[in-house]
Amino acid sequence: MSSDNLVEIKDLHFTYDRRPILTGINLSIPRGKVVAIMGGSGSGKTTLLRLIGGQLKPNSGTVKVDGEVVNEMSHKELYALRRRMGMLFQFGALYTDLSVYDNVAFPLREHTNLTESMIHDLVLLKLNAVGLRGAHKLMPADLSGGMARRVALARAIALDPMLIMYDEPFTGLDPISLGVTGNLIRRLNDALGATSIMVTHDVQESLQIVDYIYFVSNGQIVAQGTPDEIRNTELPFVHQFIYGEIDGPVPFHYPADPIARDLQVEARG
Amino acid sequence: MNALTGVLRYLGNYAISSVWRLGYGARLFLLTLLYSGESFKRFQLVLKELYSIGVLSLVIIMVSGLFVGFVLGLQGYNTLEKYGSEQALGILVALSLVRELGPVVTALLFAGRAGTAITAEIGLMKATEQLSAMEMMAVEPVARVVAPRFWAGVISMPLLAALFSTMGVFGGYIVGVVLIGVDEGSFWSQMQSSVDFHEDILNGVIKSFVFAVAVTAIALLEGYDSKPTAEGVSRATTRTVVTSSLMVLFLDFILTSLMFTS
Ligand SMILES: Nc1ncnc2c1ncn2[C@@H]1O[C@H](COP(=O)(O)OP(=O)(O)OP(=O)(O)O)[C@@H](O)[C@H]1O
Ligand SMILES: [Mg+2]
Repeated sequence: MSSDNLVEIKDLHFTYDRRPILTGINLSIPRGKVVAIMGGSGSGKTTLLRLIGGQLKPNSGTVKVDGEVVNEMSHKELYALRRRMGMLFQFGALYTDLSVYDNVAFPLREHTNLTESMIHDLVLLKLNAVGLRGAHKLMPADLSGGMARRVALARAIALDPMLIMYDEPFTGLDPISLGVTGNLIRRLNDALGATSIMVTHDVQESLQIVDYIYFVSNGQIVAQGTPDEIRNTELPFVHQFIYGEIDGPVPFHYPADPIARDLQVEARG
Repeated sequence: MNALTGVLRYLGNYAISSVWRLGYGARLFLLTLLYSGESFKRFQLVLKELYSIGVLSLVIIMVSGLFVGFVLGLQGYNTLEKYGSEQALGILVALSLVRELGPVVTALLFAGRAGTAITAEIGLMKATEQLSAMEMMAVEPVARVVAPRFWAGVISMPLLAALFSTMGVFGGYIVGVVLIGVDEGSFWSQMQSSVDFHEDILNGVIKSFVFAVAVTAIALLEGYDSKPTAEGVSRATTRTVVTSSLMVLFLDFILTSLMFTS
């Protein structure tokens, strides 16, 4: 059973300084699927991806990737595992001193002994897959935000990873690029035989391309299901999220004193 | 009572964070040495940094060296002339440059020109998650980013200091011999006979090597440990200049007292 899941997270707790961010997450990501993790801003989605990638260590609980416990790995094992992972960062994180071409070639040059002519072909193929073959000579500073994200995607899949993690792949994209990127994520996943985890706010787009959805709130999984189940759910949380209602189970406000006290309205009586 | 506990708390906090930072710095330094082998195996990484750290500092170093030489020529001549020993101008110019001004002024200029660039570049790489992305690609940032810059700094600074001293001697020659008219023969011959290779030149090189390690390591640490925000990076850049300048002057005092007192 467990070998059907590429990623398994059990009772995961994580605290930044003293502030609890994740308080008992359980989830599993089946092989070959595209799974979305949704939740409000600051709910710990990026943190969760970093825990899966081993960049952060949980306070308790386990993160298993491909049957191995990530939070117990040595530095060497972790780096070996990461070679089989690709991660798309929220803002692309392209290397600003390298051209688009060299950015995509970077993982190939670091981790393989391919000749430059093979690297050349692979890089152009990956760039072609994200529609940016023509931009290979540009520097990251010359790209728009959406283009940078697509280059970063080409770089993330350069080594044909078994697991691809996307941090907010849709933010800042126009409706057309949004649809294109969504399809791309699905097609890449199926073409590479990979498994994808996608962290996003974009409910409508994700419902169309993913196989399963988890909702995170207050450090826990509060809802989950296939797109059809999610569309038909009665859960107030999910309802609020899908229809973008301002108040509901997900508070819009970061915890604070009552506004009257902060603005000192009471004093005036 | 309350103020007292406040002060104590502040001091305690400061002490703890200082020790913590020192440990962090030491760890980064050791890791850098540990990963240096990889940088030397892929020497083109170091070469690229040698260009941006060393070659791009050439102009400022050469121009400063020349002007310091001019000033040494003028001041030296004014003083020596009173004692009727202006032929010793060559010695004065050469010794002050090789022993002190070359290594020290080069290190200070280097901190301002290359040190700040290193800190800002690494700080920005951190702020834009490039270092994180590298880790996630299973490429160790210390090996790929930090170590090549470290060695580029350590290699280039002694060379820059030598160049500074050379330009300074040349500047002293222009002012002393060409403009003021000190005897050319005695200018060079006295210099040659009194500057000792081991005592003066080698010690100067050792100094500038030590300064190179200090300045480059501080610049790297400040960048690597900076807060990943625009403000954090700008603060780190300032700290690089302040800390490494003070460190250079302090180390210079220590080294001078070890080397030139018997
Ligand atoms: N380095 C850090 N130190 C301390 N707290 C942090 C740090 N990084 C994030 N946090 C806190 O952890 C919480 C979760 O952050 P995270 O980046 O995982 O949120 P997110 O779900 O990805 O949000 P968004 O959708 O806005 O990207 C936030 O409230 C944030 O304040
Ligand atoms: Mg995030």
